[in-house]
This record gives sequence, C-alpha cells and structure tokens, in this order.
Amino acid sequence: MTTDLSKAPEPTDSSGSTGSGGSISGAEILLEDVVKQYPGQKSPAVGSLSLTIPAGEIVMFVGPSGCGKTTSLKMINRLIEPTSGTIKIDGEDIRGKSETELRRKIGYVIQGGSLFPHMTVEKNIALVPKLLGWDKKRIDERVDELLDLVSLDPGRYRKRYPRELSGGQQQRVGVARGLAADPPVILMDEPFGAVDPITRQRLQDELLSIQRELRKTIVCVTHDIDEAIKLGDRILILQEGAQIAQYDTPEVVLGAPATEFVADFIGSGSSLKQLSLARVSEVELRKPTTATVGERVADVKQRAEAAGDRSVVVLDERGRPVGWPWLRQLKGDTVLEPTEDLVNIDLRSTLNDALDTMLSSSHGGAVVTGDRDQYLGVVVFDAVTEHIRSLEEEARD
Amino acid sequence: MTDLATAPASTVEQVDAPPGRKRRRLDRETTLMLVVPPILVVLAFIGYVVWRQNATLTGAELEQLKWSQVWSLIGQHARLTFVSSVLVVLVAVPLGIALTRGPIRKFSPFVVAFANAGQGAPSVGLIVLLAIWLGYGFWTAVISLTVYGLLPVLRNTITGLDGIDPTLVEAGRGLGMSSTAVLLRVELPLAVPVIMAGVRTALVLVVGTATLATFINGGGLGAILQTGISLFLPKLMVAGAVLVALLALLIEWLGRVLELVARPKGL
Ligand SMILES: Nc1ncnc2c1ncn2[C@@H]1O[C@H](COP(=O)(O)OP(=O)(O)OP(=O)(O)O)[C@@H](O)[C@H]1O
Ligand SMILES: [Mg+2]
Repeated sequence: MTTDLSKAPEPTDSSGSTGSGGSISGAEILLEDVVKQYPGQKSPAVGSLSLTIPAGEIVMFVGPSGCGKTTSLKMINRLIEPTSGTIKIDGEDIRGKSETELRRKIGYVIQGGSLFPHMTVEKNIALVPKLLGWDKKRIDERVDELLDLVSLDPGRYRKRYPRELSGGQQQRVGVARGLAADPPVILMDEPFGAVDPITRQRLQDELLSIQRELRKTIVCVTHDIDEAIKLGDRILILQEGAQIAQYDTPEVVLGAPATEFVADFIGSGSSLKQLSLARVSEVELRKPTTATVGERVADVKQRAEAAGDRSVVVLDERGRPVGWPWLRQLKGDTVLEPTEDLVNIDLRSTLNDALDTMLSSSHGGAVVTGDRDQYLGVVVFDAVTEHIRSLEEEARD
Repeated sequence: MTDLATAPASTVEQVDAPPGRKRRRLDRETTLMLVVPPILVVLAFIGYVVWRQNATLTGAELEQLKWSQVWSLIGQHARLTFVSSVLVVLVAVPLGIALTRGPIRKFSPFVVAFANAGQGAPSVGLIVLLAIWLGYGFWTAVISLTVYGLLPVLRNTITGLDGIDPTLVEAGRGLGMSSTAVLLRVELPLAVPVIMAGVRTALVLVVGTATLATFINGGGLGAILQTGISLFLPKLMVAGAVLVALLALLIEWLGRVLELVARPKGL
C-alpha cells in the first residue's frame, strides 16, 4: 500500500486501506465547474469546483472553517442549488429527477445524528424506507439489521426515543438512518463532531468496518485532519472558496503536501500522522536471541552474549512469546515462565499502536506476533523512525 | 397523560439509560397543577351550594340563581368558549403556518409583535363594535371571542414553528421528505407544546371575556353579573363572579390536560 504512492488519483485504484470486503455498491460522483454564489456576497462560496469521487470510496472534505465544505456537500443532494455547473451521480445529471426522489437515493448523516426527537429509534430509521413504500415486514427486518450493524441491540433500543440515548448512540442511529434504504451514495457532514474522542474513535472504526462490507461512495466533511487521514481513501483539502489545494490519498497528502497551505493545514505532526497509516508489517523486524521455557539458563546466556544481546525473548513450547527479560533477570537453572504478562502487538497493527506499546516497555521496543500469536520478532524505535524517513523520501520523489 | 399510561415499566431499560435521560415523569409542579385546581373548584362549588341553599334571596336574586337558570347559563358560557376556541385553532394555526412559509416568512416578526400588542386592546370595545356591525346574538359574540383568542395561538404557532432546530427541518428535507411531509411529520409535532400553551392562554382569555357576551345577547354567566350590577344586588354580583371564576379555573385546568395529552412522546 505505502509503496503505491501514485500521485494521480485513479478512479480504479480503490484503496488498499479499506481492504477487500464486499463488491462496490457505490456510485461515482462527478462535479463539473460547480459554482455557488450566495446572494449578497462578494466572492462565491464555491468557485468552480471540479472533482471525481470514485465509486466505493470514502472521500474526506477538509479545510478551514467557511471554506465551502458544507456548501459543496449539500449541492450533491440539492439541499443547495448550484449557481452553475453540473453534478452527475453514476453518469446522470442530478437535476434529471425531483429533489425528493434524488435524496431518497442518497444517505444523509449530520452532526449529532439530528434524530427527530418525537420519533422512536425505529421510526427514525424507518423514515426513508417508508417514503419509498416498503412493506412493514421488510422495514422491520431492515431496522433490526441496521441496528445490529451499528452495534445497538435492536431489542433494547428500537422503541427508545432519542433523548433516552447517549450522544454516541444517537450518532449511531443517525448513521443507521442514513444507510436505511441502502443508498449507493452517503453524504456526511461532520458526523462525529459532537461526541467525545473515545466514542469518536469507536464510531470511526465502526464506519470503516461497515464500509469494508458495503463499499458505498461516502463523502464526508470534517475539520479534523486526523479523522480525514484515518477514514479517507482520498482527502480533498479545500481552501477559501472551495479551491482545491490537494486531492489525493492520505499517504501522498502527508508525504508530499502539494502546497505550503496543505503543509500548514496538516500541521507539523505529519510524520506522526504517517504512523496511523503504516503497519508494523512494513517495518523490518529485529531477531534477538530467543529462549524456550525449560531451557538451561547457562546455555541461553552464552547464546545471547555471543550475539551481543542483553535481553532474550522467552517463548513457550508452542512458539508464543511469553516474556522479554534482561539477562540479569534470568536466575536459577532453567528458564521459567515469567509471571508478568507480555504485551505483544500484531503484525497488522498500525505503527501508532505499536509506538504506544513500545513506550511502555523498558526495552524501547515491542514483541511482534503473527497468526495464532506466533512469535515473529521485535520492532524497535530506530526501525520505526527509519521507516518514516524512507516513506517521506519516497513521497517526495 | 398517554405516555404515563403506556410507558413500559421496564427496569432493565432504565439501568443503562444515561443519567438524567430517564423516561419522562411529570415533575412536581405539573402534578400539582393537575391535581389541585379540580379539588379547589369542587370545594368552592360545594361552598357555593351550601351558601345558595341557606341564603335568603329576594325575587330577582332567586330568579337569576335558580338552578335551572344557572346550569343553562353555564352551558351557554361553555358553549361560547368551546365554539370560539375551536374556531381560534382552526384559523390561527393554518394562518401561523402560512406566515412561516416561503417569502411571507419575513413578515412573521411583525405579526408576533402585533399579536403581543393587540392583547392589550379592550375586549368590550371589540364586542360592541362587532355588534354594531353584525348585530346582536350568539354568533357575533363567538366571532369577537375568536378574534380575541386568535392572537395568542397565532403568536405561539409562529414562535413554535420558528423555534424548531433548523437542522431537523433540513434533515427531513435531506432524507427526501417533501416540504409538506416535513411540516406535518416534523415541524408541527415539534411545535405542538408551544402551540398548545397558546391554546391554553386563549381558552383562559375566551372564558373570561365570554362574560361580556351577555351585553350583546350572546348568553353566558355574564347575565348574573349584569343583573346584579344594574339592580345593585351584591349577592348576585358575588355569586356571578364566583361562578365565572370557577368555570375559568376548570377550563384552564382542561387546557393543561389538553397540553399534556397533545404533547408528543419523546419531547
Ligand atoms: N445560506 C447562506 N447564505 C449566505 N452565505 C452562506 C450561506 N451558507 C454559507 N454561507 C457562506 O459560504 C461560505 C462557505 O460556507 P460553508 O458552510 O460551506 O463552510 P464550511 O466549509 O462548511 O465551514 P465550517 O467548517 O465552519 O462548517 C462561508 O463564507 C459562509 O459564510
Ligand atoms: Mg460546515
């Protein structure tokens, strides 16, 4: 994935980060010279925006406040009519149908969920299917299915009113409502802006896993660049008047910001941000001396000293790492199973997660495991920083 | 009221509901306002009955305070109130809706200001003017009461609709509801509490003002007061005033019940 740093976004290059999953059910969205000039304003809120949003991808709109993100988004479902220009979904001009007909095929998710307070969770979700004239049985099944999808127990939450839910739960229902009629396109305006950071992270992870399954075309506005990097197959960075500053994959945006503006916008933490893109599997693993439980300590020490190691990784008889003691901590005749738990990281973890674990280890590294917890090696700080440097160089070329 | 009856008594559901978000219970004040007025009215009415049976009354007093006469006056008064209030709702709510739609929306603040100011206009004046124009009788009284009760409902319909979170309206539109559907299924239900508060105000205004209907042969409990005043019979004046007050309290209570019943669940 990271080696694939092609700068030109190819519609066919449907993101490695969302992985395999279901077949694409989304539709391509095309904006051609779209302009929105609000009456009584000097400069247009959106000045000639042209953009292709490939089917089945998540495209994140980011940019400073007032740059025209929401306006651009709402023109796609005609909540705002463009002053000029054309928008096509799946090759069809969106003005070809009535507004309501169009919107019933586009999911819409807004900050905080915007649930109707006088309707139960069930009624909120069933709204669009009802508008589309689905029969009751199908609607009921769909509501259950969607509640499951957003990790809410249907039996418990169906009949609740929005005020009987927490903010995160309301937001989940909002997402479920947006997905209700299985629309190929979903628009989201700062969907997770109103919840606490931990809930937000959970909701983001959920959205990613939902998307792995459904492969919709999702356009999502956010002002949080980290959210954009995490969720986006592509990031659209907008400047005042919805001028495109850069439109590319997160890797390219981070590795090679197109302009000063983009560099400023993604901020100085961009190397750190790379860490949530890269996986442990991309980093070269160190192979320190290993010992097996029950082995003679003297033999182990000899081996380690010969290799120049001051610590050894202890494996159990099935090859799973159980400890990482310093040599001086090895006492007695045979190697015993250590009492304290060793926190391993999975080969598929992000470097961000790996760093978390490494920071709490006295070795400045973390033990990496693969399938069924098999020992693979050790990842250390130096290797991570080296990897980031190479990523940046690659991106710059 | 309805949600009291149908709220499931499930304890499991309560446990993981976030604190402070439990199912709505009636707070103390609401409960007091629901229970106390009817009790007071009944007690006061018993007091009236006791007084009525024991007081020594003269000819005109006896004539006016005959039970058959009193009941028929109460009936007329209630009818005036009821018919006018229904008309008020039928006129003011659609008018309020119209004033919050489309291009005339910008006039709605003026209407609200006018409604607030109009509240202070003397009701006798209106009734007399209309009577000169339309003639005496029940319907003239009803029309002037309707005009008078219109203002609070109109004002509350406008403020109720204007006060709705615009993102909810937009959410409705964004999901593909027509503007009529958004009005009927989102805006009006959400504005109901405010509109109903206006209806209660109108009820109280109308039931009080209906006392004046008697001046134009509109009927109602005003007759007892009028006789009392013109013949200077203090017992009649007091009896009339007490009866009007009790009826007004009862109607106000009815308004509260209505407000509670009409309030959509979940708000
Ligand atoms: N209804 C409107 N009438 C007039 N001007 C508007 C309207 N809506 C937005 N604008 C203006 O258009 C510009 C873009 O607004 P928009 O809401 O699209 O910004 P945004 O990027 O979504 O900002 P934020 O991050 O704050 O949500 C702003 O300058 C805003 O003031
Ligand atoms: Mg916005």
